[in-house]
Amino acid sequence: MRRSIDTDAWRFLLAEPEWDLVGLWAEPGRVHLLRRVGGELDHVSLDCAASYPSVSAVRPSAVRLERAIHDLWGLVPEGLEDRRGWLRHEKEYDFLPVEGEGIHQVPVGPIHAGVIEPGHFRFHVQGETVVRLEQRLGYVHKGIERHMEGKTPAEAARLAARISGDSTVAHSLAFARAVEAALGQEVPPRAVFLRALMAELERVANHFGDVGAICNDAAFAFIHAQCQMLREETLRTADALFGHRLMMDRVVPGGVTQDLGDPEKLRRFIAAARPRFAEIVAVYDDKPSLGDRTNTTGITRKALVDRFAAGGYVGRAAGRAHDARKSPGYPPYDGLSFEVPVFEAGDVNARVWVRIREIEESLKLLEQILDRLPAGPIAAALPERAGEALALVEGFRGEILCWVRLDEAGRIARCHPRDPSWFQWPLLEAAIEGNIIADFPLCNKSFNCSYAGHDL
Amino acid sequence: MWQRVVRNLIGGPATEAGPKPDDEALAELAARLDGAARARLGRSLAIREVDAGSCNGCELEVNALSGPHYDLERFGLRFVASPRHADVLLVTGPVTRNMRHALLRAYAATPSPKWVVAAGDCAANCGVFAGAEGVVGRVADVIPVDLHIAGCPPSPRQLLAGLLALIETSGRSSAAGVASK
Ligand code: SF4
Repeated sequence: MRRSIDTDAWRFLLAEPEWDLVGLWAEPGRVHLLRRVGGELDHVSLDCAASYPSVSAVRPSAVRLERAIHDLWGLVPEGLEDRRGWLRHEKEYDFLPVEGEGIHQVPVGPIHAGVIEPGHFRFHVQGETVVRLEQRLGYVHKGIERHMEGKTPAEAARLAARISGDSTVAHSLAFARAVEAALGQEVPPRAVFLRALMAELERVANHFGDVGAICNDAAFAFIHAQCQMLREETLRTADALFGHRLMMDRVVPGGVTQDLGDPEKLRRFIAAARPRFAEIVAVYDDKPSLGDRTNTTGITRKALVDRFAAGGYVGRAAGRAHDARKSPGYPPYDGLSFEVPVFEAGDVNARVWVRIREIEESLKLLEQILDRLPAGPIAAALPERAGEALALVEGFRGEILCWVRLDEAGRIARCHPRDPSWFQWPLLEAAIEGNIIADFPLCNKSFNCSYAGHDL
Repeated sequence: MWQRVVRNLIGGPATEAGPKPDDEALAELAARLDGAARARLGRSLAIREVDAGSCNGCELEVNALSGPHYDLERFGLRFVASPRHADVLLVTGPVTRNMRHALLRAYAATPSPKWVVAAGDCAANCGVFAGAEGVVGRVADVIPVDLHIAGCPPSPRQLLAGLLALIETSGRSSAAGVASK
């Protein structure tokens, strides 16, 4: 439940020592802050006409969120000096200066060499060593939050499904759960399990792709080809089960739009994929030339990961165990058994191992879900009324937040989806410092942050 | 690892037969392609992919084309890093305000003769993002488009069929003896 507080209370909360920033967003005349304090969520809002005390002074992970709020809603963060546009690019952009002998700049993007999303990286390098990386994002900003306003939950769900295509199930799920919570609407048990089935398939597909792509950036094409095949077979299984390779528009407020096809297809896929992946992992583990590239490359320290409350494989590779499926937790995961793998080294190798272990866990989860899949309807009708709520969901990248407020007619008054990338992109800047510029693609791929999910 | 490599060698390739070139796409192209240019290109196309505002769903499927199942390069189609090396710009997404300039520059940097393929529903008509404030329009509103490939996202098969239509058109015309310089 949201508490509306005044400026003094806002300042007081900011000054408290121990809390994680989970979200910071706005609407006309109001900012919202979502904190996690000792495992509990605390959602507060502050009504403010023009400005509010900046959160970034105490939590640097808020800097870009505050710049985005300024761009979108005109609210000024008091105390934040960096007022450069973030999602709006109308003005000239001054990159932060770096001084020192022999330092030169390498500008990269927005269009990159490979088939990836657009963004700009400004490297300051000394010889081969990166002294500083500064990112400039926002190139694929479409204005999704505002575009959702006035739409029915069903219409807006199609937008939520397209916030970040690789996380279409997870973002759809976060949106659907937020809408359902706002309306106090229960979802049929079969739909709950089918959603988890899709979410785990999405996680497996993306992790297969990432493990391969990371090895490819270390010039190890064999694992890449093998993983691409596993990814493709995952997507074909998804297509056979739910009628869409990425399972877009399958999770909607109220339930799911399509029941499961032949479950034996999924069982056969799991039975075939598990031993093949084990062989690939053995190759990964066994190649010193590959380990030489991934070990001690692009380290994120636990202290920094904690400070940014970074989730997903970025957090779990550096000792931060958070997983939204466990905390706050949501059905059906509370009744399923799975481990959350955590590593300590914080390097590219640790981020690969988190993914490897998560694939294994997700394959187990898929089997459990199939075993326990309840019979019954797959969707419930939604009432048309006002309400406000938020939901947290664990996507393959990490924790996705979605907050929504519905008006009297049950239409979207405001919605804020926050992709995990917001808290991971800044850590990539830190991870590359002191590494050679040639290792940037490898580091970048091991983070695999979303541009679309961040830019909205 | 070597057991696996050997098994792959004797087990036959994972690569599957390519789809038939998309008829609709073929008709759209035939109307636009200039004969002399077709002959000059032969049956090989260098593609520069540009994400002009996509949700990244289209990129996932474009990337799948390079995997063993589809193996794009066997058709003479390959992705290149620079628009200066490209014959084709493969553009995805609605064009955002913030990407419009980069798209125009990529188009200007691509040497003629050149083609633009708009891949995905967003590229064709902005899809669900039509009317969003950060979107300036569909790809054809910004640069001339020669071929549309429908889908959200288009599957690798749909992409391949569309791209093959592009290359088939150029192949057929040179076989029919269009004069080349
Ligand atoms: S066509 Fe679909 S998959 Fe492609 S960018 Fe648009 S919304 Fe994403």
